[in-house]
Amino acid sequence: MSNSIAHNRSLPKIILAALAVLLAAGCSVTPKPDPNIPYEPPKHKVEDYVKKDVTYAGDIYDPLEGFNRRAYSFNYYFDKFIFLPVVNTYEFILPDYVEDRVSNFVDNVFEFNNVLNNLLQFKFKQTGITLARFVVNTTVGVAGLWDPATGWGMPRQTEDFGQTLGHYGVGNGPYLVLPVFGPSNLRDTTGLVADGLAFSTYGPPAWVDDDDATLAFNIVSAVDKRHRQSFRYYSTGSPFEYDMIRMLYNSKRKIEIAK
Amino acid sequence: MHKKTNWLGFLTACLLLIVSAGSATAYDYPFSDPYVATIVGTPAEFAAKLPKEVPVKFDTIKMFPDRKIPDLLWNLDELYYSTICQDGPAPLIFLVAGTGAGFNSPKMQAMQKAFYQSGFHVISLSSPTHPNFIVAASTSGVPGHLEEDSADLYRVMQAVWAKHKEKMPATEFYLTGYSLGAAQSAFIAKLDEQEKAFNFSKVLLINPPVSLYNSVVLLDAMLEKVPGGLDNFNAFYQGIVDAFADVYKNGDDVQFNNDFLYQAYKYRKPKSDDPLEALIGLSFRISSMNMVLSTDVLTKANYVVPKNLIIERHNNLSNYTKVLARLSFVDYFRGIFVPHFQAKDPKVTEDELIQELSLRSIEDYLRNSPKFGLIDNEDDLILQPGEIDYLRNLFGSRATIFPHGGHCGNMDYPDNVAAMVGFFKAAKN
Repeated sequence: MSNSIAHNRSLPKIILAALAVLLAAGCSVTPKPDPNIPYEPPKHKVEDYVKKDVTYAGDIYDPLEGFNRRAYSFNYYFDKFIFLPVVNTYEFILPDYVEDRVSNFVDNVFEFNNVLNNLLQFKFKQTGITLARFVVNTTVGVAGLWDPATGWGMPRQTEDFGQTLGHYGVGNGPYLVLPVFGPSNLRDTTGLVADGLAFSTYGPPAWVDDDDATLAFNIVSAVDKRHRQSFRYYSTGSPFEYDMIRMLYNSKRKIEIAK
Repeated sequence: MHKKTNWLGFLTACLLLIVSAGSATAYDYPFSDPYVATIVGTPAEFAAKLPKEVPVKFDTIKMFPDRKIPDLLWNLDELYYSTICQDGPAPLIFLVAGTGAGFNSPKMQAMQKAFYQSGFHVISLSSPTHPNFIVAASTSGVPGHLEEDSADLYRVMQAVWAKHKEKMPATEFYLTGYSLGAAQSAFIAKLDEQEKAFNFSKVLLINPPVSLYNSVVLLDAMLEKVPGGLDNFNAFYQGIVDAFADVYKNGDDVQFNNDFLYQAYKYRKPKSDDPLEALIGLSFRISSMNMVLSTDVLTKANYVVPKNLIIERHNNLSNYTKVLARLSFVDYFRGIFVPHFQAKDPKVTEDELIQELSLRSIEDYLRNSPKFGLIDNEDDLILQPGEIDYLRNLFGSRATIFPHGGHCGNMDYPDNVAAMVGFFKAAKN
């Protein structure tokens, strides 16, 4: 009986179960002493170096660190066993040329969010460029498979709702590592959800109004985005990769919001 | 009158010819400032044309199956490396990465492409100072000793080769490395003279340190150029982020890609070399921190992390990271390295160890072996005054020394790629 239940588990259920383990796991991040080994002060002690009145670049507000670190390694395993094998198969089957057409197509569909967020930030010139890009690439660029607009002096004006919130002074909030999606923070996660809702309620999926087509597009765009993202969890080999990525994520977003 | 004009015309033509001939042979790498060269490297528009993709395969090998790995270093127990195979028999070249770098660092990728394109099988290995190598392949776990680290590399090469030799029929064996990997290549070649596992026929050293100790002293000092000292590092770092934001916002269609630093440099040329020095020092410090933390936890050296702590993979080490950020490579040398060797041989002195960590300790071999080549830069930042002349003298006609390029900044420049590949392509010495 229990066997048959185990066999019937579908992939989403396995992922949910893994996430439940992740959340339920004890979230302590402080290393514990081994009772069998006596403490000896190390050659260079923390209290001799770390100063209260100094601001450290690596100190990012991270109250959910226990969860985040576990989500970080969950993503490593998710990449390793599910996401990257799919991406590798995709790359193996399709020639680079076709992959680039898919990337252009996906980017063109998501211009919806760029228009919306440029408009919300009152960036009228960028809004105009994005609208013109969409028209040119959808027509001359054959449904967005090519991107002639960039060559004609209309480069892509990427803006998401996290950047819009940042533009109006909303701070980072706590750092978050989202399962599957990766490094984020409360502001950018809010943005991700808002962009997703706006896209599916008012954007291309609503125009097409075909659940199968929307599902197919979501899968293709997820694979395409991972295909274009060269980041690999734990690939630096650094024992403090988590801390470095956390610092760099906020810096990268600061740069993007400034534009 | 008429004749006179002809003479003038002839002279002008001659002058033009001389000038143009001169500039055709001149070295046109774009940055004469060694700090800019070291950081910006060779922007795509100036770089040698290399294939976009090569059939590189990642693989792992377990060198110490019985080694107990602390949970913090859980993902480093197997050594990662890469191979690229030609169809059929070809010369095989081993590449050794520089300080702190992995087998797949950007410089290694460029070398892989250049050598694969020229018809060689390629095997790429991480530096013995990379955490993965320390944990998975270093016998002592205490990196930095040229002879010991080279012996570890030599063992790895044999193990990797044994695993792949059927698929990579090798006609002969070559070896090269850049920066620290170059110094290790010299020691590996010497070891190979006795062990003869490969009988390397050619070995190329690219931007090696002469004395490891001298070079780390130079690199440690660069981080002191952070304005107001390391207590103000955050202000310095945020200043760089703000400068990048300015470039990204106001620059001409600036994208986040490999050429971002070049675009940033073009848009906002730094007024002095100080911030560039600080950045080079920072990059070296991060490599040192990765290395020292791995060694400290693996060997329970009680250096920064108390040895009675059980450190698990999800533990926060930020306090120890802050301490490590303030400790130089020379601190590591005195605090872990020297004690490690004195525990084995109480009589060995610090000075003797410094002597061992130098190409000078094997200079007779390097001077007389015809299998070596050297590619270096007049203005390499990791060399003390006089050391480039020492290398020029040591390698004589086997040396190619470019007028600028800083430390490894010009490795992707066409003349450099041609020199690198040409050395192995040329008929045997």
